[in-house]
Amino acid sequence: MPSSIPASASRREARPAGPEAPGPIAGAYSRSWRDFRRNPLAKFGAATIVVLLCVAVFAPWLAPRDPEAIDYFRGLAPPGRTAWLGTDPLGRDTLSRLIFATRVSLVVGLGVASLSVLIGAALGAVAGWSGGWVDSVISRLMDVLWSIPMLPLVMVIGAFIKITPPLLVLLLGGISWVGVARLVRAQALSLREQEFIAAARSIGLPGSRIVIRHILPNTTAPMVVAGTLSVASAILVESALSFLGFGVDPSTPTWGNMLQNAQNYLVRAPWLSIFPGAMIALTVASFNFVGDGLREAFDPRLKGR
Amino acid sequence: MRGFVARRLLGLVPLLFGISVVIFALIHTAPGGPTAVYALGPDFTREQQAAIERSLGLDRPLAVRYLAWVGGMLRGSWGHSYKDGRDVRDVVLERVPATLTLMGTAYAVSLAVAIPVGVFTATRPRSPARYVVNVLTLLGISVPTFWTGLLAIMCFSVWLGLMPSGGMYTIGAPFSLLDRLRHLALPALVLAAVNLAMWARYVHSSLIEVLQEDYIRTARAKGLGERVVVFRHALRNTLLVVVTLLGLSLPGLFSGALVTEAIFSWSGNGRLIIESLLGRNYPVLIADFMILAALAVLGNLAADIAYAFVDPRIRFEARG
Repeated sequence: MPSSIPASASRREARPAGPEAPGPIAGAYSRSWRDFRRNPLAKFGAATIVVLLCVAVFAPWLAPRDPEAIDYFRGLAPPGRTAWLGTDPLGRDTLSRLIFATRVSLVVGLGVASLSVLIGAALGAVAGWSGGWVDSVISRLMDVLWSIPMLPLVMVIGAFIKITPPLLVLLLGGISWVGVARLVRAQALSLREQEFIAAARSIGLPGSRIVIRHILPNTTAPMVVAGTLSVASAILVESALSFLGFGVDPSTPTWGNMLQNAQNYLVRAPWLSIFPGAMIALTVASFNFVGDGLREAFDPRLKGR
Repeated sequence: MRGFVARRLLGLVPLLFGISVVIFALIHTAPGGPTAVYALGPDFTREQQAAIERSLGLDRPLAVRYLAWVGGMLRGSWGHSYKDGRDVRDVVLERVPATLTLMGTAYAVSLAVAIPVGVFTATRPRSPARYVVNVLTLLGISVPTFWTGLLAIMCFSVWLGLMPSGGMYTIGAPFSLLDRLRHLALPALVLAAVNLAMWARYVHSSLIEVLQEDYIRTARAKGLGERVVVFRHALRNTLLVVVTLLGLSLPGLFSGALVTEAIFSWSGNGRLIIESLLGRNYPVLIADFMILAALAVLGNLAADIAYAFVDPRIRFEARG
């Protein structure tokens, strides 16, 4: 999705970063942490994420009613004392469904981000380190995956198979690692030429050890940023899929599924459209706030700009 | 320069080939398939199903099907729609203008707003305006397109009654440009909103970077006014980076266009994907997919060429 395009996808940063490339200097991370804590947006985002995580974990205790309980006599009730955020056409409680849907979005978002960082870091590091035909093969694969619009691709799969959240994590993670991989590959390419790597090589360390112990730790900062931002974009894709009817099975409450049902009641029951969308926006924005805050914290040159 | 363009064009061949293999294999190995819906009928026998599959060529091995399909595509015969037997090429290509109109308008609107906004904030670091725009653009990339679309319909079509809620023109009415524009306005603005926020951030961050370069300091040192420095010297180089990013972000934007087309009943290629998916219309689905991918790849290439045209370093690097 759009927001997952890392800044370093541009050509400028694909070149060797030069001597000022940021490395893990002692104290650098504690300074970044301090910068992060002073950023109000990032703090707001982090706090919201913690709250959402609690909502997801404690959903059964927080939801006022059973999210699946159908009550035909109270369908399309506006927000009021009995149903705080109204009910859908089947009389199901909107608030309870919103609370349970938090689980799907967070599982998919966090799962996809972890998986794509894992795959992206591994393939990106291998491509950048080995060069030659290995790099060519991986790079071409990345070009192909990057050029296929992701949403229709997953829709095709969703149209044929019953989609569950774990399956969706595998699918989206299996496609969206390209952003991270490009980032790591570019870093590996430039790090490969630096003295400390030459030193590691000269004392006879095997390539695998150099990649794991020396290259990857130096790409942590951009990876953390890209990972956070990809949580946001994964949640957006998940909800877009559900909204179009090709996502997580419609019997499961997800924000996208709720919005899809709401489309027919724009006039009679606008609350059905407003609340799920607001939850998506809030969640995605929180991860973007944190991601942006992390990027500024890791790169002092960006501060306050 | 001509060599560079030729090399990049040649590079597209394996790329499009790779994309077609992925899409074709995915669609053709998916369970269910075009005959699955008949199997629900109580009188439908296995023999009938096999006969239909044979007539559609679905009983052949995957590789054979793929080669036959590629051969057909290259010769210009894209097959026939399962739905109504029309030539797939007509079905797919007649939707392209609608998609291009929608995306082109959205692009133009986003750029027209994003560049001034990015310049404004980049030249005023640490100002309240910069902070407000930062929050707004972060929110802008976070709000899902389909929700903005629903809210826009709710607001402008349902409550205010100002705009049509979908479609590309008033059915039955004679052609009128005003009518077309009224139908285009909401979907284009909704689609533009996301891009606008994202590109304003791109313009901002690359302009900030450029403003720190030595030649900018030189320009300032020789006494040029700030306006000239920003617009004549810095902005030009900033736009280069932005052009590349526009190309790179194209495939992602097609996803946004698909959602927008679905909400506003805009008969473009994105909606065609949904229609042919629901109808298991394989030939149309695959061809439409390839058209979308090709548009994305070509847009990307155009951005690359534009970049290489103005920056000779790229041309020489790519040669190595």
